[in-house]
Amino acid sequence: MSIILDKVNYSYSEGTAYHVQALKDINLKIEDGEFIGIIGHTGSGKSTLIQHMNGLIKATSGGIYFHGQDIYDEDFNMKELRSRVGLVFQYPEHQLFETTIFDDVCFGPKNLGLDKKTVELRAFEALRNVGFPHELFYQPPFDLSGGQKRRVAIAGVLAMKPEVLILDEPTAGLDPAGRDEILGLISQMHKELGITIILVSHSMEDVAKYVDRIIVMNQGSVMYDGVPKDVFRQYKELEAVGLAAPQVTYLMHELQEKGLPVDVDATTVEEAKESILAAFR
Amino acid sequence: MIRDITIGQYYPADSLLHRLDPRVKLFTTVIYIIALFSFKGIVGLALITGFLYYVIKISKVPFRFMTRGLKAIIVLVVITSIFSLLGTPGDIVFWKWKSLQLTDAGIINAVLMTIRLVYLILGTSLMTLTTTPNQLTNGLETALAPLNKFHVPVHSIAMMMSIALRFIPILIEETDKIMKAQMARGADFENGNLIQKAKAMVPLLVPLFVSAFRRAEDLAMAMEARCYNGGEGRTKMKPLKYTQEDYNAYGIVIGFLVLVIIAANVVPFPQ
Amino acid sequence: MGIIKTKGLVHDFIRRDEDDNVESITTALDHVDLDVKEGQFIAILGHNGSGKSTLAKHINALLSATEGTIWVDGMDVSKEENVIPVRKSAGMVFQNPDNQIIANIVEEDVAFGPENIGVPTEEIWERVEKSLGAVRMTKYRNHSPNKLSGGQKQRVAIAGVMAMEPKCIVFDEPTAMLDPNGRKDVLKAAHELNKTKGVTVLLITHYMEEVVDADYVYVMENGKIIMDGTPREIFSRVEELKAHRLDVPQMTLLAHELRQAGLPIPNGILTREELIEAIMKVK
Repeated sequence: MSIILDKVNYSYSEGTAYHVQALKDINLKIEDGEFIGIIGHTGSGKSTLIQHMNGLIKATSGGIYFHGQDIYDEDFNMKELRSRVGLVFQYPEHQLFETTIFDDVCFGPKNLGLDKKTVELRAFEALRNVGFPHELFYQPPFDLSGGQKRRVAIAGVLAMKPEVLILDEPTAGLDPAGRDEILGLISQMHKELGITIILVSHSMEDVAKYVDRIIVMNQGSVMYDGVPKDVFRQYKELEAVGLAAPQVTYLMHELQEKGLPVDVDATTVEEAKESILAAFR
Repeated sequence: MIRDITIGQYYPADSLLHRLDPRVKLFTTVIYIIALFSFKGIVGLALITGFLYYVIKISKVPFRFMTRGLKAIIVLVVITSIFSLLGTPGDIVFWKWKSLQLTDAGIINAVLMTIRLVYLILGTSLMTLTTTPNQLTNGLETALAPLNKFHVPVHSIAMMMSIALRFIPILIEETDKIMKAQMARGADFENGNLIQKAKAMVPLLVPLFVSAFRRAEDLAMAMEARCYNGGEGRTKMKPLKYTQEDYNAYGIVIGFLVLVIIAANVVPFPQ
Repeated sequence: MGIIKTKGLVHDFIRRDEDDNVESITTALDHVDLDVKEGQFIAILGHNGSGKSTLAKHINALLSATEGTIWVDGMDVSKEENVIPVRKSAGMVFQNPDNQIIANIVEEDVAFGPENIGVPTEEIWERVEKSLGAVRMTKYRNHSPNKLSGGQKQRVAIAGVMAMEPKCIVFDEPTAMLDPNGRKDVLKAAHELNKTKGVTVLLITHYMEEVVDADYVYVMENGKIIMDGTPREIFSRVEELKAHRLDVPQMTLLAHELRQAGLPIPNGILTREELIEAIMKVK
């Protein structure tokens, strides 16, 4: 198992009027090779949660273990943790800074203290893994389209060769074509590179299509944690906290109520189609 | 991290001080600073302390909220105090090493300097704590309007100030975010010598500037779209108008300055 | 003539090198013809870079056309003396909620527009009151915009435009940076303004679900209008939309797939209710 969170609590500005408990008693186990979706609306604590996983935020209480090692141990190597648990922030293209795309991707591995050849090899590999066209490698990153810039930013984290890749709303602000491309890319990295993926998202539809485990955050606590079908079965409770299950879930439940023998656990258009067709056969 | 700095953040409350015309508060701040640097003797100090205490009391801003702002500049206060403590010649010398010396005058000087700096920060921050940045710029714009005759673009300056104030917290938050993102990519902002630290700032500054320019461009367009065309022909939602309370405040403040000056001449000791 | 009308509108972005030689020309708008009737709710769909935002800026006299003409409320936008009147009758809400709020207090920001056009103080207060009420933000009138959520900031921006009492509001991807709840609130506010105040709304977006309730939809690509019609007409052309890599609402897509598989489901299904009805009829 790669990451364990044990009774993690986190609060802002303790002891003042602005005191907010952002995380409450979080217990999570993240296994190698999982593809996890974290869902919750703004302020539910999901962004705070993922920043704990690579040590950018220190828990007020509780423990976090990476491969069995306590990350709050004094001799624990935080820098190494950050290279093994990669974190791609929201709008990562806003953090590009080098004069060429290639140099920007080199930044991470260079910080790891690797020699020049390895650094460049890794950058090259990362850019290739995100499907970035070779002829643009030495262009400045600032002229690219939003979707392309985001690819470069993801490559920048990928070049550190993380075992776990956490992405905070990687599709925010992209148009549908860009969104499908990025999600496809992430799913491909999961399959081909065997990286554990944690995807933070608002969109149930996106998550339903790709992940095999969903963690629902609400007011700083884990509300649900399970496979998509089980989580979406609670669609009424999800709605009560301002989150909606995929449209398909509603449709299937309503069809069943009307007496059509469909599978209410279908969450994607494809599954729904099969199930409805089967009901008429 | 950087977000904890609270110097001069507006604190919403309903108090006499919040209600006062910003011009009165600007005037008071100037008078207060003059008093702070011209008082002499224990009576003057008592007057100023009393005045400051009274103003903080009626501002309804919790004292704890104000002192949190102080923490950020404590280093500055300590350094200046040490300089006046060890750099002032005096009659009684307690300790001497090369050009450094500890004297009676030095101790008094250091104490006074510390008091002055702390009072200065408390007093001036009270102005921004009880005045919205918009009122403040509005006040400055109105108070400085006569300078228009000398071709000083008072309106533009006031508008720039107001926009700067609006975007400072946003840019601070953004700095925080970029810093974290670069830390996630192994950047180190804490260790290393001065040159290494300066180098580590590049990944921070470039995106910050790019973002600031993008925001500026967006904002200019948004302002144009809302028919902004400079100060000419503009009306105001909250034009400044003096009330009786404001006139009273003017009276009190002038009275206070007179008292401080009298005290400085009548009881100019110690010092 | 409608409230917004364009004829053969062309906009070229010309990039020059240091010696002022033309380096490249990007045609953002390529002979666009558009006619919007007063009181309509219009949606313009398209990918990033399709020219939809450029079009929006023309409506607000923020850009000048390379070729062709655009009239807003009967005024030719290219005439210098029409710039301010055009901006008064066509307001604009931008994508980034942070970068369009100017003042440090919500109500003062709403007052910014009216102040610029010289509305007397008392009337400013009335307009601010009304506009904040219309977007349900009265409660936050004395707050700092920095403490608001994205959706709330966008509603403040809408109130700021409303306070100038425009006949038409252009929303340039107002929901792109919001979470689902903020998105819902902003769309609701836009529809309410259209219905209760009769304001013409031009919603520019790349989210298909947002155009379902529009009166008329234009789809743009590479600076051209490639499809137009009512939402139902547009969404009947699923294959065409897919070919342009545009998103199709899940229910429309499912209806389409079921029809392809042989179920007798009608074309142009938009909502879940319609799909359920259609499926139950099959039985």
